[in-house]
Amino acid sequence: MSQDTSLASQATANPKTIAELQQIASQVRRDIVRMVHAVNSGHPGGSLGCTDLLVALYFRVMKHDPSFSMNGVGEDLFFLSNGHISPVFYSVLARSGYFPVSELATFRKLNSRLQGHPATHEHLPGIRVASGSLGQGLSVAIGAAQAKKLNGDDRTVFVLMGDGELEEGQVWEAAMYAPHHKVDNLIAFVDRNGQQIDGPTEKIAGLGDLRAKFEAFNWLVLETDGNDFEKLVASIEEAQSLLGQGKPVMVLMDTQMGFGVDFMMGSHKWHGVAPNNEQLEIALQQLIVEHASDY
Amino acid sequence: MKDFPYTESKDTRSGFGAGLHELGKTNPNVVALCADLIGSLKMDAFVKDFPERFFQVGIAEANMMGLAAGLTIGGKIPFTGTFANFSTGRVYDQIRQSIAYSGKNVKICASHAGLTLGEDGATHQILEDVGMMKMLPHMCVINPCDYNQTKAATLAIAEYEGPVYLRFGRPVVPNFTPADQEFEIGKGVLLNEGTDVSIFATGHLVWKAILAGKLLAEKGINAEIINIHTIKPLDAQMVLESARKTRCVVTAEEHQMNGGLGDSIAQLLAREEPLPLEMVAVNDSFGESGTPDQLMEKYGLNEAAIVAAVEKVRARRK
Repeated sequence: MSQDTSLASQATANPKTIAELQQIASQVRRDIVRMVHAVNSGHPGGSLGCTDLLVALYFRVMKHDPSFSMNGVGEDLFFLSNGHISPVFYSVLARSGYFPVSELATFRKLNSRLQGHPATHEHLPGIRVASGSLGQGLSVAIGAAQAKKLNGDDRTVFVLMGDGELEEGQVWEAAMYAPHHKVDNLIAFVDRNGQQIDGPTEKIAGLGDLRAKFEAFNWLVLETDGNDFEKLVASIEEAQSLLGQGKPVMVLMDTQMGFGVDFMMGSHKWHGVAPNNEQLEIALQQLIVEHASDY
Repeated sequence: MKDFPYTESKDTRSGFGAGLHELGKTNPNVVALCADLIGSLKMDAFVKDFPERFFQVGIAEANMMGLAAGLTIGGKIPFTGTFANFSTGRVYDQIRQSIAYSGKNVKICASHAGLTLGEDGATHQILEDVGMMKMLPHMCVINPCDYNQTKAATLAIAEYEGPVYLRFGRPVVPNFTPADQEFEIGKGVLLNEGTDVSIFATGHLVWKAILAGKLLAEKGINAEIINIHTIKPLDAQMVLESARKTRCVVTAEEHQMNGGLGDSIAQLLAREEPLPLEMVAVNDSFGESGTPDQLMEKYGLNEAAIVAAVEKVRARRK
């Protein structure tokens, strides 16, 4: 297990180029499949699909400090509401320098700070609230955004939700609240991969036209490709340009569950299943990094 | 039996409102949230004088708990206000994950607890809230007995780091505790020294215990009466010292037997000092519509019920 100092140091360095982001994303995807394989549990599908977003945020967009303070005053904050994709969160935090990359090997094991779902209870740097029971993260992010306003802190709060998660009623309570209270220092993302545990979202619950729904709730809404760094980064920059206009910003992000590993892509079957030895090898062969530094 | 003079009766929720308003003046980090019940929670003064630190959430309690958790990130001390029913059961998972497990410094302030909510009936008369809240690891659970004590508790929890459930109610009750009292979280208050039975009461049942103490004194029974305003952490030392002296115990609360103060004291005694115990509490039942006094009588939560419990437990004393 070697600590990758080159990647760890990148978090606080200058924003990364698209080419650099792609390399980091491949390394993060390697971490994800290895983490879930090691404990034969966890959620690779959504983690792989959202890798590009978290890498873009932590290695290019956000102003953040890996020495970590809970209050994060003067920093951009990120909240993961769909906590089951903890592998990507842990990998990105570790590769940003929040904790040793070697600690990824403890994921889901006894006495680890890397719980199955993200938690503050074990004081893992980078985590500000527990998540996993779905539908709660948007409310928390809005509260944190309002605290920033009270503190005269002009940084931004980011939050990611799964699309299946939008079936939770609390999300719509929060969606109604944020524009009413002019929470315009908030950018929310929905991972629109169209899949949930029991099958396609449109077969399970019919999420329908999410742009129309959020616009009807008075959000500013953008749509993008969550697995194309050029488009994704441009959309995040556009979202940032829309802040401060009295409305929260929603970015609906088309992604593919399992992105980067061909046999995991586009199916709900890899939502919460780990690869076996053979599948891991195939996956790692597809996730090429120039200077791979697996933990 | 000591005398407990008072000049007026007031509702405990108004003690909360007064405490919150004072905190608005003294602690700039205190913020308040309410789910469409400003008047019921007596938050009007805070809303009027500190509008920038007040958040009207509407009828969306789940969102309110999440917002409160988020507001702590940045150093705020959020006080949420709604009925006890909607402060607990309705949002148990939000409190569990976003507040308790996440160790957030949120003060969950809950009015209209128990039967004394009255005519609205069982949909609103929660009698399980203390149980739900005390089961959450590290959650502090407080149920003060009158206006002055509720105000003092409201001030005290702002200074305490960690999640708190503060429970109070709707009816006016004698305001007999000192206005200048120090509220010490986790410390019982000895109201009357006695030798024949220990009565541990919380919330509205504290005054009923005082009334019962007078009736018992007429019968020659010298009751020790202790106000357990903090149900968790329980003042185990005071409970055990009193129980070891009197050798029999009665608990009294406006809550289900399951999960309430009596249940906590029974666990403590079973482990440390097995002694006869009777519980004055609601016995596995929902409430119903009626006036507070009618309900407290029907469900056995008044001074007569406490006297009966004392006589029963004394007959079991060895």
